[in-house]
Amino acid sequence: MAMQMNGEVQLPAQREEVWARLNDTETLKACIPGCETLDKLSDTEFAAVATVKIGPVKARWRAKVMLSDLDPPNGYRISGEGEGGVAGFAKGGATVALAEKDGGTLMSYNVDAHIGGKLAQLGQRLVNGAAKKMADEFFANFAKAVSPPPPA
Amino acid sequence: MSATGIGAPVRRKEDYRFITGKGQYTDDLTRPGQTYITFVRSPHAHARIRRIDASAAKGMPGVVAVLTGADLAADKVGSLICGWAITSKDGSPMKMAPHPAIANTKANHVGDPVAVVVAETQAQAKDAAEKVVVDYEVLPAVVDPAKAQAKSAPQIHEVAPGNTIYEWHLGDQKAVEAAFKGAKHVTRLDIVNNRLVPNAMEPRAAIAEYDAGNDSLTLWNTTQNPHVARLVISAFVGIAPEHKLRVIAPDVGGGFGSKIFIYPEEVVCLWAARKVNRPVKWVSERTEAFVADAHGRDHVTHAEMAFDGEGKILALRAKTIANLGAYMSTFSSSVPTYLYATLLSGQYEIPQIYCEVDAVYTNTVPVDAYRGAGRPEATFVVERLVEVGAREMQIDPADLRRRNFVKKFPHQTPVIMAYDAGDYNASLKKAMELADVKGFAKRKRESARAGKLRGLGYSTYIEACGIAPSQAVGSLGAGVGLWESAEVRVNPTGSVEVLTGCHQHGQGHETTFAQVVSDRLGIPIENVSVVHGDTDKVQFGMGTYGSRSGAVGISAIVKALDKVEAKAKKVASHLLEAAEADIVFENGQFKVAGTDKVAAFGDVALNAYIAHKFSGQELEPGLKEGSFYDPTNFTFPAGCHICEVEVDTETGQVEVVAWTAVDDFGKVINPMIVEGQVHGGIAQGVGQALLENTTYDTDGQLVTGSYMDYTMPRADNLPSFRVETTETLAPSNPLGIKGCGEAGAIASPAAVINAITDALGTEEIAMPATPAAVWAALQKVNQSRKAAE
Repeated sequence: MAMQMNGEVQLPAQREEVWARLNDTETLKACIPGCETLDKLSDTEFAAVATVKIGPVKARWRAKVMLSDLDPPNGYRISGEGEGGVAGFAKGGATVALAEKDGGTLMSYNVDAHIGGKLAQLGQRLVNGAAKKMADEFFANFAKAVSPPPPA
Repeated sequence: MSATGIGAPVRRKEDYRFITGKGQYTDDLTRPGQTYITFVRSPHAHARIRRIDASAAKGMPGVVAVLTGADLAADKVGSLICGWAITSKDGSPMKMAPHPAIANTKANHVGDPVAVVVAETQAQAKDAAEKVVVDYEVLPAVVDPAKAQAKSAPQIHEVAPGNTIYEWHLGDQKAVEAAFKGAKHVTRLDIVNNRLVPNAMEPRAAIAEYDAGNDSLTLWNTTQNPHVARLVISAFVGIAPEHKLRVIAPDVGGGFGSKIFIYPEEVVCLWAARKVNRPVKWVSERTEAFVADAHGRDHVTHAEMAFDGEGKILALRAKTIANLGAYMSTFSSSVPTYLYATLLSGQYEIPQIYCEVDAVYTNTVPVDAYRGAGRPEATFVVERLVEVGAREMQIDPADLRRRNFVKKFPHQTPVIMAYDAGDYNASLKKAMELADVKGFAKRKRESARAGKLRGLGYSTYIEACGIAPSQAVGSLGAGVGLWESAEVRVNPTGSVEVLTGCHQHGQGHETTFAQVVSDRLGIPIENVSVVHGDTDKVQFGMGTYGSRSGAVGISAIVKALDKVEAKAKKVASHLLEAAEADIVFENGQFKVAGTDKVAAFGDVALNAYIAHKFSGQELEPGLKEGSFYDPTNFTFPAGCHICEVEVDTETGQVEVVAWTAVDDFGKVINPMIVEGQVHGGIAQGVGQALLENTTYDTDGQLVTGSYMDYTMPRADNLPSFRVETTETLAPSNPLGIKGCGEAGAIASPAAVINAITDALGTEEIAMPATPAAVWAALQKVNQSRKAAE
């Protein structure tokens, strides 16, 4: 089953800085909810392991993450597909666009996702909410990561 | 009638063990050294299997083996089969695709097994299953039967171009067309008969054990027909020769058809048990059952009925697309053909009928027989057409039915069936009285005062049971005969064991079959036990489905009892020193006619075994007789169900406020059990009409795959039922039994929808009539009313 969501977030950082962090393995790893490992395979490919619980289904996901449509520093598409073993599969992506605004950067995103197997069978009522929560969490984490540290 | 004989409402003998938790279901059994198996199932509706990496799983604690479809193929385990051959109208045979018990190269529905893990404990098997890595190439999927034959649809099996299994038809197309040309009125309907998930209370289970010393296998399995399972598994799948395979169906908690079929899981358990040389146990989880047990119904139909100026039906035609899912299940081909189109005459004299059925593959769970199997679909088509036709022609729906009822028997329909006995007007009349149809207008006004819409719907259904005369079904493509066997073993002390090829999984056979024996032999019902469900005990049998156990199974017992009585008379003649011709058997006693010389049944039984009073050359000792009973016709239970609903116009909520069922089941052995069968059937039919809907998304994901989303009927969805019977005896079997197991589920969906559409004033409502669907239909009605004003 498919779902879509979108949103935007104002970041207190320059566009080049945001773009660099969007391509940085450590930042992504810290921001993806439940991410245990994120290994860079090439400039545009990563292997990830993340534990995610949606409704009654909890699974450790092995996913391939790819970056495409790279248009520095305007945005890219980040997509992934993961197998959660008997829990099923999830695949999806987000188109991320960066624009200069009010001295910072406005990041807008369009997320699309497909799920299947037991996850769709059991969790489909909850998965929209869970996916939205995860996306919100990711972008909130990311906003924190690119914000200047508070003055000491 | 004695207190335990035919016609007595004897309490069910088997219930003591069930309600005290002493039943023995497959999951209650544990074999020494038992291992547990978990199935790794495809999360994709349609995907090529590129590679399976089992190395991590094999290294997990407790893992005994990880097996794949490639291993199964290497061991030359045969394909699962569909046992009823259907021929397309062009003369070509149906396109049966291979169905390996574990998918080897391609998964064809969500839930299709792709690997199994055998481990020391269930938890270890599940943990290791998480570690099996399957590399899938995801393919586009098709789930809608109406789209499966499109050129753009993904091709599922090479053998079936356009995903078409067969294009079958029945009836005289030209005669039907001519009749429609002469019609004064034609009623047309588009109908979707919604896909259902069976949901027996006990999930499916299997334990397989290999005896290396004898090179034989035993399977404990939740099956409705252990002998058919053994036959298919040995003759087609080739797991073991028939005499080296024992199938035991212990207590089974409901089937509704879903446990007739021979599934991948039991085959894999048997194969794996020999491979690992340990017993292997599988018990389905409820969520697993949603994607592993055959579903029911799933028809898309356009149907038309032609009437003359007097409301007499001239002809009926229907075109149905039947979704058989990703593989052809054991009897799936017969359900939308010979169990469906042959019943399209309903209770009516319809001179001409023509039906076309296209059966298609889709990327969904296989579809097969489910309580009623084809007959609920047929009844829904006929009873909706008649009801809508009556409204369109402004004829009272009961009156229109009466005008068209078959009144003379035997009656040959244009679609194979020859109805042998019935009185359709009698059940309609009785039902109308019980339902107080006369008072309906007053009740409708009262509902209106409370802001509610009230509707009344009829369903005067017919079905074909007593499945089935072997020659007849053979000529229609069945791969087996559908007789039944029985053996009556009288012990030296006069107690009796009855062995039957039927299998009970909720029907109460241990009581009703014992009643027949108690009645006939004049012995207490406690002295009779019914033995079933074990291929080592019962020689052969065809199992229980299609409401056949009374009409066919009990008839076999009656035939065996005839032979027991004949033999016992010979023994009694020696014991009483009289001519055999002078011996009469009454009330459990053998008497010499015209004298006061008597011998009790028990004395005769004892003498049959001690054999002191006769020479072994004249008469064989012992008292044990068997019978194979092959029916000479189907039986035709029929009746009238009347449903009354109230619709809340604000919420669209439908409440079933009254239900009247008057059924003609022929001879009734136990009225209490029969009433229970009717109750259960109505509940399932109301579930289909109001609540249950199996929903796949366009990717082929089952999104109603648990009780969070799949709504089963509950007590508060149902009123107290008024259930009565009328009786015309079935002339084709010795007691005149017709069968009662499916009638409720067959009759009820049409009655509910006829009542709702009566209340709403629109025919545009599909099953299930959920509050959302009813509310939307109401808005549409209101809008068109406003537009008209």
